[in-house]
Amino acid sequence: MNECRDLINTLAACLSTSGWDPGLAQFVQILLGVVLVTLAPLIIVIFLIWVERKFAARIQDRIGPNRVGPWGLLQTIADALKLITKEDITPAGADRVVFNLAPIVSVVSVILIWAVIPLSPIHIGVDLEIGALYFIAVGSIGTLAIMMAGWSSNNKYALLGAFRVVAQLVSYEIPFVFAILVPVMLAGSMGMQDIVDAQRGMWFAVLSPIAAAIFFLSAQAETGRAPFDLIEAESELVAGYNIEYSGMKFGLFFAGEFVHVLTNALLLVALFFGGWVGPFVDQLPILGFVYMFGKAALFYLFSLLLRNTLPRVRIDQMMNFNWKFLVPLSVINVAVVAFLLQVVRALGLAPASGMENDLIANLPQAAVLLAGNLVIIAVVLQLLRNAGRRDRSAEAVVVSKEDEMLPAQAAH
Amino acid sequence: MNVVNEWAFIGVFMAVAWIFPTLPIVLAAFVSPRKPNAIKMQTYECGVETVGDTWVQFRVQYYIHGLVFLIFDVEMIFLFPWAMAYNQLDFFAFGAGLLFLFLLTDGLFYAWFKGDLEWS
Repeated sequence: MNECRDLINTLAACLSTSGWDPGLAQFVQILLGVVLVTLAPLIIVIFLIWVERKFAARIQDRIGPNRVGPWGLLQTIADALKLITKEDITPAGADRVVFNLAPIVSVVSVILIWAVIPLSPIHIGVDLEIGALYFIAVGSIGTLAIMMAGWSSNNKYALLGAFRVVAQLVSYEIPFVFAILVPVMLAGSMGMQDIVDAQRGMWFAVLSPIAAAIFFLSAQAETGRAPFDLIEAESELVAGYNIEYSGMKFGLFFAGEFVHVLTNALLLVALFFGGWVGPFVDQLPILGFVYMFGKAALFYLFSLLLRNTLPRVRIDQMMNFNWKFLVPLSVINVAVVAFLLQVVRALGLAPASGMENDLIANLPQAAVLLAGNLVIIAVVLQLLRNAGRRDRSAEAVVVSKEDEMLPAQAAH
Repeated sequence: MNVVNEWAFIGVFMAVAWIFPTLPIVLAAFVSPRKPNAIKMQTYECGVETVGDTWVQFRVQYYIHGLVFLIFDVEMIFLFPWAMAYNQLDFFAFGAGLLFLFLLTDGLFYAWFKGDLEWS
């Protein structure tokens, strides 16, 4: 890819020196970069689906895809061919334009995020100054796609599913954005490269593990993965918003979800786990890919593990978890981090200028912030313990009353 | 890259990003069989014909959650400039930010104790 970028730059330089209009040469340069960044997630997703199926199969004590190609690697391609040749049914009464647009929008909204994902010190689609804001804005188009799909299908299951999804996605957007606020505050920039660059001394996940955890959980909910997969609660809504979709259009929803999970893992790594930062990355930028995707793969697998081991929550539990736990926690976390940053500065514990990249110089600040986070975690756990005890004793009272009722009823 | 160029990239990106997801659907339209009939095109249901209009009124609960979200979402965006400049801000700015967060959570707790966040 390093050579690739140089190739694109050289090509553009070549074109402009060989008499092309410089504006046109620049356009070709941009276009090539764009095609590269757009295709990357779509090619990766082919293998992600295989990884997911194999992983789920192993957890369930099955073998998984193993026929098409070595270890079943080409299974996804066979599936894609099958989906393309399937008849595409548009239900009567569907809103055709919106119906056909919805699966495309759901993939596009995810692909657009890739424009600002920093893959190595020099490889990023475009390093926008407001990168963080950009991916929040673009990512929420996905909600729109689901609403479009549910609304246009002219099916009650689809519409019910879409309502649920929108309620879920919209709710979990709040802790998601609050969690992003913390790296922005620590890095003092919304540019994705700046945020990664600021983690050379210390990962932000160490400075604020709560924010990282909130980001991961709400990202899990945003992609509609278990335990938050009410979106496609098979036992309740048959399939949810995509029930009327068949053939390749269904495949696109599917692909969009998979790319979204990987995208969120990459964002988590970039925002909290040091992104491409690692040894020798400045001499050999291509190593950034290894660090970035290596760490993202770990979080992807962790997300798969959660998906395959946790049961689905009820919708009221899910809403309570968000509004009464994640949202207050994320607000408090932002306030505490802001307060501790002031304390760090007042006590002169912040790394001196020029020393930001040094691990030792970052330790005092990290210790203060980490201690603050641990205090929050301790307090929150205690509060949860109390609330749980209260709920259980309330339940116990109800049960004992029912027990008293029984003999009386039997007497009648 | 200068600022104009950056957004030119995003502009081209938004145009190109549509192409690759659209391609398989267009391809499928050529390759796949097309034999519609009235029964196949029916709305999917549990073995019975669907009753009444699909586009029914939705529960007010969704609306309330949407409203609470809207309040949060708009105010969160206002926090981003504050967070971005935080390294240069003094203790007073921290107080101002705290006040802002307090107003936010105040709304949340109001909705909470009103019982609007209960999903029944």
